[in-house]
Amino acid sequence: MTVLVLLDHADGAVSQASRSAVAAAGRLGEVHGLVAGDGVAAVAEAAARIQGLSRVLVADAEAFAHSLPEPLAALLQSLSGAYDHVLAPATATGKNVLPRLAALLDVQPVSEVVAIEGPDTFVRPIYAGSALATVRSGDAKKLLTIRAAAFDPAPAEGGTATVEAATLPADLPAPARFVSAELSRSERPDLSSARVVVSGGRGMGSGENFSLLAPIADSLGAAIGASRAAVDAGYVPNDYQVGQTGKIVAPELYLAVGISGAIQHLAGMKDSKIIVAVNKDAEAPIFAVADYGLVGDLFTVLPELQAELNKTA
Amino acid sequence: MKLLVPVKRVIDYNVKPRVKADNSGVETAGVKMSMNPFDEIAVEEAVRLKEKGVATEIVVVSVGAAQAADTLRTAMAMGADRAILVQAEEAPEPLAVAKILRALVEREQPRLVLMGKQAIDDDMNATGQMLAGLLGWGQGTFASKIEAGGDALSVTREVDGGLETISLVLPAIVTVDLRLNEPRYASLPNIMKARKKPLETIAAAGLGVDVAPRLQTLRVVEPPERKAGIRVGSVAELVNKLRDEARVI
Amino acid sequence: MSGTAREAMEFDVVVVGGGPSGLAAAIRLKQLAPEASVCLLEKGGEIGAHILSGAVIETRALDELIPDWKEKGAPLRTPATEDRMLFLWKKRSVSLPTPPQMHNTGNYIVSLGEVCRWLAAQAEELGVEIYPGFAAAELLEEDGRVVGVATGDMGIGRNGEPGPNHAPGMELRASYTLFAEGCRGSLAKQLMQRFGLREGVDPQTYGLGIKELWEIPKERHRPGLIQHTMGWPLDKHTYGGSWLYHFGDNLVSYGFVVGLDYRNTWLSPFDEMQRLKNHPAVRRHLEGGKRLSYGARALSEGGLQSVPRLSFPGGLLIGDTAGFLNVPKIKGTHTAMKSGMLAAEAVAEALEKGRPAEPRSFTRRVRRSWLWDELRRARNVRPAFARYGQLGGFIYSAVDTVLLRGRAPWTLHHPHTDHAVLEPADAAAPIAYPKPDGKLTFDKLSSVFLSNTNHEEDQPVHLRLRDPGRWRTVNWDRFRSPESRYCPAGVYEVPDPDAPELRINAQNCVHCKTCDIKDPTENIDWSAPEGGGGPNYPVGM
Repeated sequence: MTVLVLLDHADGAVSQASRSAVAAAGRLGEVHGLVAGDGVAAVAEAAARIQGLSRVLVADAEAFAHSLPEPLAALLQSLSGAYDHVLAPATATGKNVLPRLAALLDVQPVSEVVAIEGPDTFVRPIYAGSALATVRSGDAKKLLTIRAAAFDPAPAEGGTATVEAATLPADLPAPARFVSAELSRSERPDLSSARVVVSGGRGMGSGENFSLLAPIADSLGAAIGASRAAVDAGYVPNDYQVGQTGKIVAPELYLAVGISGAIQHLAGMKDSKIIVAVNKDAEAPIFAVADYGLVGDLFTVLPELQAELNKTA
Repeated sequence: MKLLVPVKRVIDYNVKPRVKADNSGVETAGVKMSMNPFDEIAVEEAVRLKEKGVATEIVVVSVGAAQAADTLRTAMAMGADRAILVQAEEAPEPLAVAKILRALVEREQPRLVLMGKQAIDDDMNATGQMLAGLLGWGQGTFASKIEAGGDALSVTREVDGGLETISLVLPAIVTVDLRLNEPRYASLPNIMKARKKPLETIAAAGLGVDVAPRLQTLRVVEPPERKAGIRVGSVAELVNKLRDEARVI
Repeated sequence: MSGTAREAMEFDVVVVGGGPSGLAAAIRLKQLAPEASVCLLEKGGEIGAHILSGAVIETRALDELIPDWKEKGAPLRTPATEDRMLFLWKKRSVSLPTPPQMHNTGNYIVSLGEVCRWLAAQAEELGVEIYPGFAAAELLEEDGRVVGVATGDMGIGRNGEPGPNHAPGMELRASYTLFAEGCRGSLAKQLMQRFGLREGVDPQTYGLGIKELWEIPKERHRPGLIQHTMGWPLDKHTYGGSWLYHFGDNLVSYGFVVGLDYRNTWLSPFDEMQRLKNHPAVRRHLEGGKRLSYGARALSEGGLQSVPRLSFPGGLLIGDTAGFLNVPKIKGTHTAMKSGMLAAEAVAEALEKGRPAEPRSFTRRVRRSWLWDELRRARNVRPAFARYGQLGGFIYSAVDTVLLRGRAPWTLHHPHTDHAVLEPADAAAPIAYPKPDGKLTFDKLSSVFLSNTNHEEDQPVHLRLRDPGRWRTVNWDRFRSPESRYCPAGVYEVPDPDAPELRINAQNCVHCKTCDIKDPTENIDWSAPEGGGGPNYPVGM
């Protein structure tokens, strides 16, 4: 069986999420990658070094410049004949194009796959992660998007794939035109999509003390969140709230500072990959879900943490 | 221009879904149901486009059980003009829904289909893209801003790490994200008035669409509970663990 | 908060509240007067969302209202098969004879929320307009007559200012308004004051019921089994006990009621309910099962002596708002429904006969009905428990109900309001409650989580202290914040006892109304939050 993986890329590099998709694809068969874009020769070279790929197809044309789904889906459709599975990372691009491709192929796609149990059997979260569904696809071709956090990314170096130009379809639809992009680099990332979230609870003691979290968030590239107790106490505005009635987040790293861990809060962050808890109450329920717990006074821990992170940086 | 807004009836977002004891799915019987929150945002945007004079008519459509009529009434109370209920026994999969919607698009001829980016029950995030693919229309997914001008639509999209703006030729499909707007309440007077707005019911079978499922759900389970990890003794140890063991910093 | 430019709509009858009494009234009204326009408001997000009861119900009222309820698929599916009454000590228990009024032959164990959903469907079929998600927040009065209610504004911010999605409330005007808000209705409270409806009757006395819904292993499920307990963990002066019903598909309804005339300020009804699960008599039913839902609701226990005047110009009080619960039977559904039906009959007659201001015939109809007869026979039981304690009350009740068949020539009264009997913190013995184990027993917050409770965050707090200063001098200094213990939802909290300040987590509120009842100086005022807020109890509750 051969699998085609759409490799998402930005700034000349293949995204980590795509390497996770390559890792997932490795469980299904031989893996080919597709790099589509405008002037992406270097990206293709980098992709060829990803472990687990045997072949990298390159579609280098202006039409693919901004990963617009219409031409990209048409390209994938024309390439898909040779493949039993087509995978994409569950990134903005992957989620945009893969279902469109599925419609063109008359396939029901399977989104946000977190485990592969067989060539046609996949596990995916439903109800915002409240349940896991195992589904078997009856379609001849299987189209999946892969949730990055569920698969360790394939190493970026060490692979020796061949690189070849993909045959482009004669007709590429262009009902949409790229206008502009505005990437929020310097600003703090958005809470719901941040890779790292640093959250404060009632233990912060005041709104001013939240400023202790800012430098740590800055060095980690993290968003700042809060528990409902901290919001209710008026320390920070509503939109900081992580939890049942706030935002549901699932970052790679969630740092809970002075948060006791009421179930309402846990409901909003328990799907985080790594949870760190800092709390002076050794009995706080947050420790029951934390991968790393540190019992201590946050007012001594936070400055130490900041110093330690600066050292690392 | 005419807008088509598909809406889905799902378990209310305040209700914690419960996995059935036989692991066949999530219990929906007797559970509070509401309009999918993303669809509410789509309806709101449609109503705002109508208030601005851009849209002339808003047709809402739902595919599902007879009770989805309640959801359509809510949409009409928010400001949609009329509703179509495509009655189907089991909740059809996104591909089947997209095909049903294609049939309705061909009948209704809207210039724009506005819909939620995903339903909070199956979290598929697929129907809009699939409908666009079936129709060969352009798609603007995860919209956080929509501006209409002439034959094109400017859509600002939420993408990884920021925003992207595209220009779409009409007709087109737009799927909406959380930050697009804050939906209005369906007020009691408007709910009363919505009782009198037209609601047409048609059978899915009558549209000549194959709604047979392609996916078979083998089992539905609760996610494994998180277990407590380890206690670290110092900040230095914590940072080391995060860097070398968990590799997240 | 009478907003600008409210829309208004006229109906013949408006019913406030979609519980058994309100729905029965609406159905009966359309049966008697099909042309009458009837509108029913429900503050819960759907009918049944705020309904919490045991519940074992007697079908007498339902038989009268919808005789073919079985054919129509009413969700009464588990007939009662076995009654057990236990008196508990900490580790032991003894079976007591089941009092005659507690025999449940012919009764059904139900989810009352499910029954209400079904009743609502029947009502809608008859043409009743039902609007869930809208709270009646304001009485409309003209020339000394109630002329309807207004729903609350939606989209008012926490600061009291209208937000961007503000939607003004609506006036629902009616010839007659039926108040079916359940125990301690917030509008009924205003009506009682405004029209002096409580003059000459005993104060109302209340209980707080806390409930959990469990799913247990099939092999241990005994559908139809009914168990009640008295005694431990309550002391002999405190009225209360537990229920445990096996019903439906492997479901168990477990709950606990505490009379709100309890004296010890350290008592926490929630923790009593939790620790009782450790008793073998309860544990053996629930162990190995899974808790599905949680909720709480106050109930009226005053009975006949506490029933207020039922009519006033423009409307009637029905159901538990009026206090028609039969305490010794621990049932109020059939009486609530019956009162709604009688109200409908009174209103139907009034609609036909020139629409007099006050549908007075309701009181007469109630007094002539089996409902009154039932309450009259039961009237001495609850006050006897208040006087003679748990066992004494039980023995008295046996004499009163078995020997005298409820015809005792005397009536025992309720001398105090519940809030007045609380003893100061230094005069009462603190109670050490065990820590929850997370399997059988739980803490408050994880419990509230299972009630699916939510309120729009950005709205004015719906629980207000009339005199904020009094909290420190009375509630804290004298009683050490009893609200943080009696509230079963963790709404009231004193985060730092060294610098005591009351935090009100209004968002957790499950609308049980206990704070409105039990605050030592009735300083807490419960008002209806934005419609749709509060618990979302699933079917099964």
